[in-house]
Amino acid sequence: MHIVDGVLSTEVVVAGAVIAVAGIAFGLRQVSIENMPRIALLSAVFFVASLIHVPIGPTSIHLIMNGLLGLILGWAAVPAVFIALLLQAVFFGFGGITVLGVNTVNMALPAIVVWLVFGPILARTEGRTMMITAFLAGSFAIMLSAVMVGVSLALSGQEFIATARLVFVTNIPIMVVEGFLTAAAFGLIKKVRPALLLSIPTTSMAT
Amino acid sequence: MSRHIVLSPASQNTATGMIGPVDPRFRIICTIIFAVFVVSAASWQAVVATIVAAAVMVALSLPEWRKTLRRVLAMDGFIFATLLLLPFTYPGDTVFTLWGHAASQQGINQAIMIGLKANAVIFMVMAFLGALGSTDLGRGMMGLYMPTKLTTLLMFTVRYIDVLHHEYLRLRQAMRARAFHLRSNRHSWKMMGYLVGMLLVRAHDRSERIVWAMKCRGFHGHFHFTHLSHPVKADYIFLLVMAVLLAALITLEVLCPPLL
Repeated sequence: MHIVDGVLSTEVVVAGAVIAVAGIAFGLRQVSIENMPRIALLSAVFFVASLIHVPIGPTSIHLIMNGLLGLILGWAAVPAVFIALLLQAVFFGFGGITVLGVNTVNMALPAIVVWLVFGPILARTEGRTMMITAFLAGSFAIMLSAVMVGVSLALSGQEFIATARLVFVTNIPIMVVEGFLTAAAFGLIKKVRPALLLSIPTTSMAT
Repeated sequence: MSRHIVLSPASQNTATGMIGPVDPRFRIICTIIFAVFVVSAASWQAVVATIVAAAVMVALSLPEWRKTLRRVLAMDGFIFATLLLLPFTYPGDTVFTLWGHAASQQGINQAIMIGLKANAVIFMVMAFLGALGSTDLGRGMMGLYMPTKLTTLLMFTVRYIDVLHHEYLRLRQAMRARAFHLRSNRHSWKMMGYLVGMLLVRAHDRSERIVWAMKCRGFHGHFHFTHLSHPVKADYIFLLVMAVLLAALITLEVLCPPLL
């Protein structure tokens, strides 16, 4: 779901960069000496996850898992996404330079929304309800990302509306797969190491 | 996945080729300036000239340019998919029709232009930053007054991507030993979810050990990089050459008519 350089109009690129800088600045405020290694290691896991290819029918997709990223890192997800995209651009030549801001916002904002909306519900529920909520959280993050990629394209020109629709349609199977993956991963973490999920809004307010 | 080292340039000797020894700050600034120029260019001649210049620099600075070329081609497949619909949705003079959809000349031009721009940026990144190690990237970002926290987080992440990738390969091997085969069904997705979950759990545990170990050694929030040496004559010559190149490209952009 990367957007490459040269597609978007200047206004969209600049707006994306401004929002990204604000988000990164706010996200960095949550980073302290205590939790810096933790945030870096968890970001590294999500980078490694993005190298994992999962087959769907005849093709394969790489994992994104930005819903889970938000649930675990909270606001720190924004710098984490930015660093991952920067490394991809510099070391793999994948993605783009001028569109870094827009791509960061498109991937990180859904993570934050999932964290704020689904986080408190996931903290309260158990069992089957929790698994379904986690599935929805994983799918919703991908859906929102696809919508935002589509909106960034459509805002850059009428001619991209068809491409935007295509992006959304091709992402529907990814939503399903990411939903199952997020539910499984979330269930496991909550059972094995609930301390990982302490950044969930209600819990952090209680402690 | 056969590649065992994920971020290959990070482990490379950085002082190779023509651009290798140049100050990382200058290289980062040049990348940004050239990327902004290419994206805002309107004539195809200027963009093609940028690609040629960048390709020459890649050939001079990266000994393994074949690998670079393969990466660019992989990216081009993706770019092509993005632009496939453009000729049919852009209004203009019809060139041909496919299943009742008219492709316009303007749309084709637009698609070619975007494809060229994306390639030009990729080549520029490869030329300027392709041989830049992760340490130099961090030092360069720090030298350009990027927030210390962001740079430190980047350095930490780079370090642990490799470690966790090995962890991932080990877990995958354990799954293979238990006859797990990745297919497209719910069981596979659940198992991969457990795999990611397990990676997160292990990373979390490891980070607790790291934070204690680092605190014992007096970690107080950032790394101490050796200071970047002052730019020397060669760095300024590099900057001068790049300024001349940019001026030439801008002249070309002004002289040539915009495509569309």
